[in-house]
Amino acid sequence: MSYAPIAPGSQPPLDAPAYGSTHRRHPKQAPIRIAPTLTELAAPRMTEALYPSSANLAKGPGWEAQGERIIVAGRVLDEAGRPLRGAMVEVWQANAAGRYNHERDQHDAPLDPNFKGEGRVFTDAEGWYRYTTIRPGAYPWRNHHNAWRPVHIHYSLFGQGFAQRLITQMYFPGDPLLPLDPIFNCVPDEAARNRLIARFDLDITQPDYALGYRFDIVLRGRQATPMENPA
Amino acid sequence: MSAAGDRPLIATASQTSGPFWHLIDVPAWADLLRGDGPNAGMEGERIILLGRITDGDGVPCSDMMVELWQADPGGKYDGAFHGFGRCATDANGEYRFTTLKPGPVRAAGNAFQAPHATLTLFARGLLSQLVTRLYFAGEALNEQDPVLNTVPAARRGTLIARPEGPGTWRLDIRLQGEGETVFLEV
Ligand SMILES: [Fe+3]
Repeated sequence: MSYAPIAPGSQPPLDAPAYGSTHRRHPKQAPIRIAPTLTELAAPRMTEALYPSSANLAKGPGWEAQGERIIVAGRVLDEAGRPLRGAMVEVWQANAAGRYNHERDQHDAPLDPNFKGEGRVFTDAEGWYRYTTIRPGAYPWRNHHNAWRPVHIHYSLFGQGFAQRLITQMYFPGDPLLPLDPIFNCVPDEAARNRLIARFDLDITQPDYALGYRFDIVLRGRQATPMENPA
Repeated sequence: MSAAGDRPLIATASQTSGPFWHLIDVPAWADLLRGDGPNAGMEGERIILLGRITDGDGVPCSDMMVELWQADPGGKYDGAFHGFGRCATDANGEYRFTTLKPGPVRAAGNAFQAPHATLTLFARGLLSQLVTRLYFAGEALNEQDPVLNTVPAARRGTLIARPEGPGTWRLDIRLQGEGETVFLEV
């Protein structure tokens, strides 16, 4: 058993000159490719018993966040198209005004005392996840003059093997900031880049309640090749 | 089956965790032996794994997410021990986990891997995670470990933690430049 190699152009490089923070943080030496051992074929079992889920970021007992309520749902699959059951999905985001509930966020936009901005859900047997939140705002950052991040929600996923660990971002359709964003545009392949954009979905939309967005995620797949001796 | 036949879909692109990933940080997860956690009361050699992460200018990286993944003291990944932890680096760029010392893990054939833990780094400025391993200085199995032996001898030391007081092991991580840590691609 091994993991399928990364499809060319589908992942961002570590050295991305347009994204300033990579300058001093990207390793200069190429990573050393290893044949997966038991360590990489196994993965922590993230269960709801250990990591309680919280699927509504917008509303709780006695509080409700400001902003446009939305529902986000999608499937988590592997590269063979098989649904991943029990995948843990963590999300975090800025509030409707584009401000994170984080002491290091210095953006001069109002904090919402009713918006913490983090949630955790698990996929069902068909790989579906779903949560309710508010649409985040765009926010400025200091990468270059007049730099603004497109509207996005951060995602962290645990699949069924160590190589399925993924942190990514979900973007929104039609955002005029997308063509200007160095982080989004660091993914070389256009189709791979555009798969980071959720699409509006009337089936997920709930009447008189909230617009729905669909965002599917694919985690790396396994290949049935004999384990090579890397030495 | 061909690679293409195995893969009708392509894995979603990674993106940086950014500087505000702490919204999902639960500081207690850095202690795998926490009293209300999945490993409470488990037997084994209690250890602390720590180290400082610095960038290409030698500046401490104080905003990193570090995840630990390791086998149990018997070298198993059978789930009895929940070998996962997460921590944030502090103002000095230091990560710190409390755990049980992992045992030798089975490798191909009759061989064993040396005791090790995997460290995965996410941060602002990292468009995808960096994966490395932490080994323990002085382990006889280090000499024949299949992963260590894949690494050029001159750089192997970047993966080997040194003792720092009783039960405490230090592995500093250099993201870039002189003494750059070896990162692994799976
Ligand atoms: Fe963000």
